[in-house]
Amino acid sequence: MKKKLILLLAVVAGCCTLASAQARKALRINEVMVVNESNFVDDYGQRGAWIELFNSNFAPLEISSVFITNDPSNPTLYPVPLGDVNTRIPKRQHIVFWADGKPSRGTFHTNFTLDPARSNWIGVYDADGRTLIDSITVPPLPADATFARKVDGEGATAADWEVRSGEMGSIVTPSSNNVIKDTNKKVDMFARVDANGFGMTITAMGIVFLALLLLCVCFYIINRIGAARAQRKKMEAHGMSHEDVHPSERPEGDSGEVIAAIAMALNEHLNAHDLESTILTFSKARKPYSPWSSHIYTLRQMPRR
Amino acid sequence: MNEFGTFLSQNLAEFWHLTGFYNATWEHLVMLAVGLFFIWLAIKKDFEPMLLVPIGFGMLIGNVPFNTEAGLEIGIYEEGSVLNILYNGVSAGWYPPLIFLGIGAMTDFTALIANPKLMLVGAAAQFGIFGAYMVALALGFMPDQAGAIAIIGGADGPTAIFLSSKLAPNLMGAIAVSAYSYMALVPVIQPPIMRLLTTKKERVIKMKPARAVAQSEKIIFPIVGMLLTCFVVPSGLPLLGMLFFGNLLRECGVTNRLAKTASNALTDIVTILLGMTVGASTQASTFLTKETIFIFMLGFMAFVIASASGVIFVKLFNLLLPQNKKINPLIGNAGVSAVPMSSRISNNLGLEYDPSNYLLMHAMGPNVAGVIGSAVAAGVLLGFLA
Repeated sequence: MKKKLILLLAVVAGCCTLASAQARKALRINEVMVVNESNFVDDYGQRGAWIELFNSNFAPLEISSVFITNDPSNPTLYPVPLGDVNTRIPKRQHIVFWADGKPSRGTFHTNFTLDPARSNWIGVYDADGRTLIDSITVPPLPADATFARKVDGEGATAADWEVRSGEMGSIVTPSSNNVIKDTNKKVDMFARVDANGFGMTITAMGIVFLALLLLCVCFYIINRIGAARAQRKKMEAHGMSHEDVHPSERPEGDSGEVIAAIAMALNEHLNAHDLESTILTFSKARKPYSPWSSHIYTLRQMPRR
Repeated sequence: MNEFGTFLSQNLAEFWHLTGFYNATWEHLVMLAVGLFFIWLAIKKDFEPMLLVPIGFGMLIGNVPFNTEAGLEIGIYEEGSVLNILYNGVSAGWYPPLIFLGIGAMTDFTALIANPKLMLVGAAAQFGIFGAYMVALALGFMPDQAGAIAIIGGADGPTAIFLSSKLAPNLMGAIAVSAYSYMALVPVIQPPIMRLLTTKKERVIKMKPARAVAQSEKIIFPIVGMLLTCFVVPSGLPLLGMLFFGNLLRECGVTNRLAKTASNALTDIVTILLGMTVGASTQASTFLTKETIFIFMLGFMAFVIASASGVIFVKLFNLLLPQNKKINPLIGNAGVSAVPMSSRISNNLGLEYDPSNYLLMHAMGPNVAGVIGSAVAAGVLLGFLA
């Protein structure tokens, strides 16, 4: 019993760890500014390089204890501190870290800076300090320009990134979406391509039929197995051998109605309900303790006199 | 004394401005009348009283006029109000899955397991949803709104609420009321369609009694059912997952207490809250619009198409079946998921033409398949349009 419990706990713990690790992998470096002359200002009224991280998950993501670094040989350079409520990124939202080398200014100020004169490699490591979650090499950028993903959180190659100058049509978006969505693309596409709904009807009905057909086939097979078992039992009851009888002559399993009728007839015949045998039998009832079913916890305290 | 008199009169005037009498508009009165009509239908005509009494009274609660600018935090749409907190189950969509848990715990899938081909009837009836979707598009609704309205054709209140809360929250009140109203009117809507589409000969088809289903099959059904349907349509997970989970609680034989709670106390509690808050969400300002009239019209049409397509599908299916395995087309209407109302209609109509032809258990097959089918259809619409 103890072994089973330990095994169960180990499986649950393993699943929780895997789920957590999976969630952290949704963290993305989303936009980076190296030279900030007239752009975003921090809480101290200062401008500096910044790194925007994006939670590409549809669930909140706690990023405390992950590491941000600009040195591949030192993956644990800046650990995101524990205990700050702001390190929880809501679903599909962003968080900005200031790469100003001033960690004393708070959680979101790293202990390293970015070099405007050369390319900067930036990496985010998981809490173990070994698992690389995401990395990007930012090319040298002009002042107030950023290196940003074309679509928030998407893409794994350099082709999915672009330099944004901050001009109209190439906007810099610290702590907000790189792509501003003012419409639902899916809905727009259906409105444009499938204006009469015919495509949706065919597709959706196809899927509905497929789902129920799968279920139908699956239970047809189970049904056949069940019917064969019922047939075998009936043949055994009649003293027939399965091999000796031709398939067309084998009796079918009884329907629920037939079984109910037989049960009723037996009940009537034996008069089982109305005339009880007067023999009392005792059998030990085993009731394993469980706090869910314990009467102790449901009893009220006896009133005092 | 004079100052005190002025103070009193000012207070009374202020109070008068807060009263329902001062703030009432004709729209409020219309909605109150609709609420009273629902309560009358439920109590006097016995139309789905478990649903229409909470919805009707909810309409009264939601349409008592008050000064919305006074910051009283009593309205259902005012954040932090008691009604708003209760309404979260509707707006965030977690009441419907709880109802589905109860439905699963109440539903006996035996008829479906014994005769799996009846699942296809449940699928065919979903044509009602997509027929209404096409008409809704033609009336100028956007695809997401059209999808939310069309789900009324599934004849499944919780599914309609779930989907509309995701796709078109602004239309949810009208959609929910429309769905539940037509579900209550199933005995009025379906029989004429069934008579129209069937011949006398078809109505007296006697179906072979279903075989007895082993307990192990009943246990396998919710597990396999959930995995198969949700692998095809993961977006149906909240509804299908809870439906099959409830059914497993019922059938596994070791969780009777949980099954009993899910099918009784829990379902009753959620039904009360769901019905009342859906009713209260139909505030005059959001409900009395041109869209609501369209929604009611489309909902009716969706019900008609769904019922008709189920019956027609059975007739077509019969062409492929051997003589001794024909299906009575009167059970085709039960492909909509109004459980067990539409099955009872199949049974009553069958008995009308042959007093020894009991179709109830046969109709339960497509009926529960309709529950699964409408949840799958909702998942598809959600996946495509959310």
